Amino acid sequence: MMIPILKLQHTLITSIQVELTDDDALDFQSEVLNKIRSTEAEGLVIDITALEVVDTYLARILNDTANMARLLGTETVICGMRPAVSLTLVEMGRQLIGVASALNLDQAMDKVAELISSRERGA
Amino acid sequence: MEDLQTISIAQDQDIVTARAAARNLAKTLGFGMADQTRLATAVSELTRNILRYAKNGNCYIEEDSDDQVTAIKIVIEDQGPGIPDIELAMQDGYTSGSGLGAGLPGTKRLVHEFDIMSEPGHTRISIRMTSKKKRAQVERVRMVSGRRFQISGR
Repeated sequence: MMIPILKLQHTLITSIQVELTDDDALDFQSEVLNKIRSTEAEGLVIDITALEVVDTYLARILNDTANMARLLGTETVICGMRPAVSLTLVEMGRQLIGVASALNLDQAMDKVAELISSRERGA
Repeated sequence: MEDLQTISIAQDQDIVTARAAARNLAKTLGFGMADQTRLATAVSELTRNILRYAKNGNCYIEEDSDDQVTAIKIVIEDQGPGIPDIELAMQDGYTSGSGLGAGLPGTKRLVHEFDIMSEPGHTRISIRMTSKKKRAQVERVRMVSGRRFQISGR
């Protein structure tokens, strides 16, 4: 399952447009991390507008990916989560998504820039 | 009534198939977006448990409406090792150590009814989602939307 990962200035942008199997999700995770390394991107935006289901497995993969990206030095923002998906995740309980998020791609780009600059200030 | 759908669960693609089938039936029966998503997510969680703990099993999806409510019943069944301590497994915050998210209690919160039976060699979880929308109303909606469904008693 090939999910395109585009680079715009210092940020990688990717949009998950298909239902992922568990293996697909893991492949996606490692592709993103490799791409971060090869492009030296400072930011990563993952658009999940098209995802109708985010279960605990995928939520964990998304969280893990954001944490791994941060270890590489890249800030992650998730955007476009459907209202019904957010409702379901919260009802299932716990903090299933701990990663920074935004309503849409536009706001995600602003947010990731903010995260990058605040990290640079902090460093 | 819609026919019973049986989906055998043996690989991770089957999780996607099962939750899509559950979602489609919910959509067809007029459940809202939130309930469609809850049901699909519950099926996703439960069928993944099959793969993780039992390797393979079955997911049965069917309409279970009566005169009062529209309902979907889904049974997830496997011949795996069983859940050693159901009470523990149903406690909030419990995970089996594989570091999963919400586990069974989280899944239970997504549906209206949740029954679990487990012994070595057989685990059966039955979930049901209901809508107060009466069946007759749903039929009307179906007619209005111009979609054709076979409606026959079984």
